[in-house]
Amino acid sequence: MLSIKNLHASVEGKQILKGIDLEIKAGEVHAIMGPNGSGKSTLSQVLAGNEAFEITEGSIDFEGQDLSELEIEERAREGIFLAFQYPVEIPGVSNIQFLKTAVNAMRTQRGLDEISAPEFMKLAREKAEQVDLDASFLKRGVNEGFSGGEKKRNEIMQALLLEPKLAILDETDSGLDIDALKIVSDGVNALRASDRAIVMVTHYQRLLDHIVPDFVHVLAGGRIIKSGGRELALELEEHGYGWLGIKDANAEA
Amino acid sequence: MANSAKPEELIKREYEHGFVTEIEADTFEPGLNEDVIRRLSKIKQEPEFMLEWRLNAYRQWLEMEEPEWAHVNYPKIDYNAVSYYSAPKKKEDMPQSLDDVDPELLKTYEKLGIPLHEREKLAGVAVDAVFDSVSVATTFKDKLADAGVIFCPISEAVQTHPELVEKYLGSVVPAGDNFYACLNSAVFSDGSFVYIPKGVRCPLELSTYFRINAANTGQFERTLIIADEGSYVSYLEGCTAPMRDENQLHAAVVELVALGDAQIKYSTVQNWYPGDENGKGGIYNFVTKRGACLGDYSKISWTQVETGSAVTWKYPSCVLRGDHSVGEFYSVALTNNYQQADTGTKMIHIGKNTSSTIIAKGISAGRSDQSYRGLVRFAPTADNARNFTQCDSLLIGDQCGAHTFPYIESKHQNATLEHEATTSKVSDEQLFLCQQRGIDPEQAVSMIVNGFCKEVFKELPMEFAVEAGKLLEVSLEGAVG
Ligand SMILES: Nc1ncnc2c1ncn2[C@@H]1O[C@H](COP(=O)(O)OP(=O)(O)OP(=O)(O)O)[C@@H](O)[C@H]1O
Ligand SMILES: [Mg+2]
Repeated sequence: MLSIKNLHASVEGKQILKGIDLEIKAGEVHAIMGPNGSGKSTLSQVLAGNEAFEITEGSIDFEGQDLSELEIEERAREGIFLAFQYPVEIPGVSNIQFLKTAVNAMRTQRGLDEISAPEFMKLAREKAEQVDLDASFLKRGVNEGFSGGEKKRNEIMQALLLEPKLAILDETDSGLDIDALKIVSDGVNALRASDRAIVMVTHYQRLLDHIVPDFVHVLAGGRIIKSGGRELALELEEHGYGWLGIKDANAEA
Repeated sequence: MANSAKPEELIKREYEHGFVTEIEADTFEPGLNEDVIRRLSKIKQEPEFMLEWRLNAYRQWLEMEEPEWAHVNYPKIDYNAVSYYSAPKKKEDMPQSLDDVDPELLKTYEKLGIPLHEREKLAGVAVDAVFDSVSVATTFKDKLADAGVIFCPISEAVQTHPELVEKYLGSVVPAGDNFYACLNSAVFSDGSFVYIPKGVRCPLELSTYFRINAANTGQFERTLIIADEGSYVSYLEGCTAPMRDENQLHAAVVELVALGDAQIKYSTVQNWYPGDENGKGGIYNFVTKRGACLGDYSKISWTQVETGSAVTWKYPSCVLRGDHSVGEFYSVALTNNYQQADTGTKMIHIGKNTSSTIIAKGISAGRSDQSYRGLVRFAPTADNARNFTQCDSLLIGDQCGAHTFPYIESKHQNATLEHEATTSKVSDEQLFLCQQRGIDPEQAVSMIVNGFCKEVFKELPMEFAVEAGKLLEVSLEGAVG
């Protein structure tokens, strides 16, 4: 589904990604771990097409298409979803209106009619309930005044609603209390499907108790320095990044 | 990497109403003097008092200076290079029904989406259409007449209801009020006249569409609305003009009079040609709008959506004389490219327990410059008067300007005044989030702008709220990347 080859990317002239290779197939769940500032969010943003980042070398192929040729919204409609580490607020635009516009953009892409208002409301309520958000959140401005945890649940609700092929979750577990972590994990597990891939950026092994990944990658200094199975996360937990010879975020492995 | 648009690139717009209608017209030679006014008055078969009023205004105007305090810049206007009258050539009489209206004109209004035919989908709205200097058609006359409502071109009212015109014309905006209003008083061409009798709730939304078509012609419309005791009326005006390289002058005056317990809701969707993306051409929109709440418990609401004009100078105001009277001002102003707008309101509290609300939303994009200028005055007589002002600016891109000039004059101790102001920006992060969810960047900007304007749109009559939303969308439409 996704094939990343020798990906280099920079922001404001600063090289962040320094040669990433990653293959992701439908049905798989990949966890990406690594120290602060190692480039995890950068990778997520580059996949989604944030133009603040420049690809300086390498390629990204998504289902046979060169991603660099697609606009941000085209990538989204092709099925790439990014749950943001820091979701922004859009005051005055209701969550409902925002989500309905998004759902219809996806439907139009798939050759479907626009969803009717009552049908959408039913769907949105159902998904909100699934992440334990009160229906009143649908009426509020997008992320406006949401607590950190509510923003994260709102992101997962959007993933459930938009049914992407590739869901990239950037630290969706951070800042969650224990109950919320369980709710979000259930949401992510509900996303798991044979035709869908999930990439989870996380710092915490405990998330992986709830959502068991097929692969774990360690990103450091803009490169994937180690890949393995589920057990890699456990080893990391036990030994810390020092175990892999990483001293700080910008260390070269 | 695929490049996508910055917010400021999304708001290049095409002006939709820029066509010129080929129509035979009688147009005065440019220039202004007493003879021009006499000719104008004669063509309109006005009674003597009207001519005298005009001449009196003209003489005052000659003594006046064009104001320069507004935060706008434009070359000096040569008032002798403007033509003060242009009318579509037509049969001897004013059109009596739509069948008498020149088909070219009807086509024009169709292009503008204005429902002149009574069967059209905006049924329930009575329309008066002013093309250059004259009113060409008023619909639903019978239904309104049954309710005792008078809704006609002001040129007609001058003849059919001279007593009302003489009593109220200039009663809210005196001829010598300001430079532009004074010019208007001397040369006003046409506009709408509305009278709602005592206790009558006007059965239809009233609406006027103004269109400047002829070149080098100024448009000086004059609207007078009188709501007698206990009556209610909702009135909407819409405006468009062709794209021309020269600037054109529009100096209108609107006067509203609300007697005891009466309520007037006046909505404007102003989309005069704003000039091209380099700031060439466009309408100079210098307008005086004022409403007087004369009676106790009367109410006047101004709601405006302003997207057009090269330069706007406009402050719809309320003079709250009656005790417990209420004034409201809800405004959305969008400027783009090189547009300049200095707009706001004045709330003059004179009566006891008067209250006013001001909600002004300004959206600046491109290299445009926008100022909110608001005056709230509490006279010594205004016991327990209250004002709430909220003034928000939204910037798109970083080459535009937004300014706020609030003036408060309080001669009263127990007046209550609340003022809130915010400035925000459509950020790259917000756009990225929208696009990441599959939403087109143009649609995203329009959604954000509409969200920003929500509080004002909900004050517009239903059909027009939709229209206003679309207008913003069109105004924000454009080239990506
Ligand atoms: N817009 C930007 N301008 C300048 N530097 C940036 C920008 N975005 C990211 N960086 C830098 O790129 C590096 C990688 O950042 P990134 O956000 O990808 O790290 P991360 O692995 O997600 O870290 P964390 O675990 O703290 O979320 C950091 O040094 C960061 O400061
Ligand atoms: Mg990060």
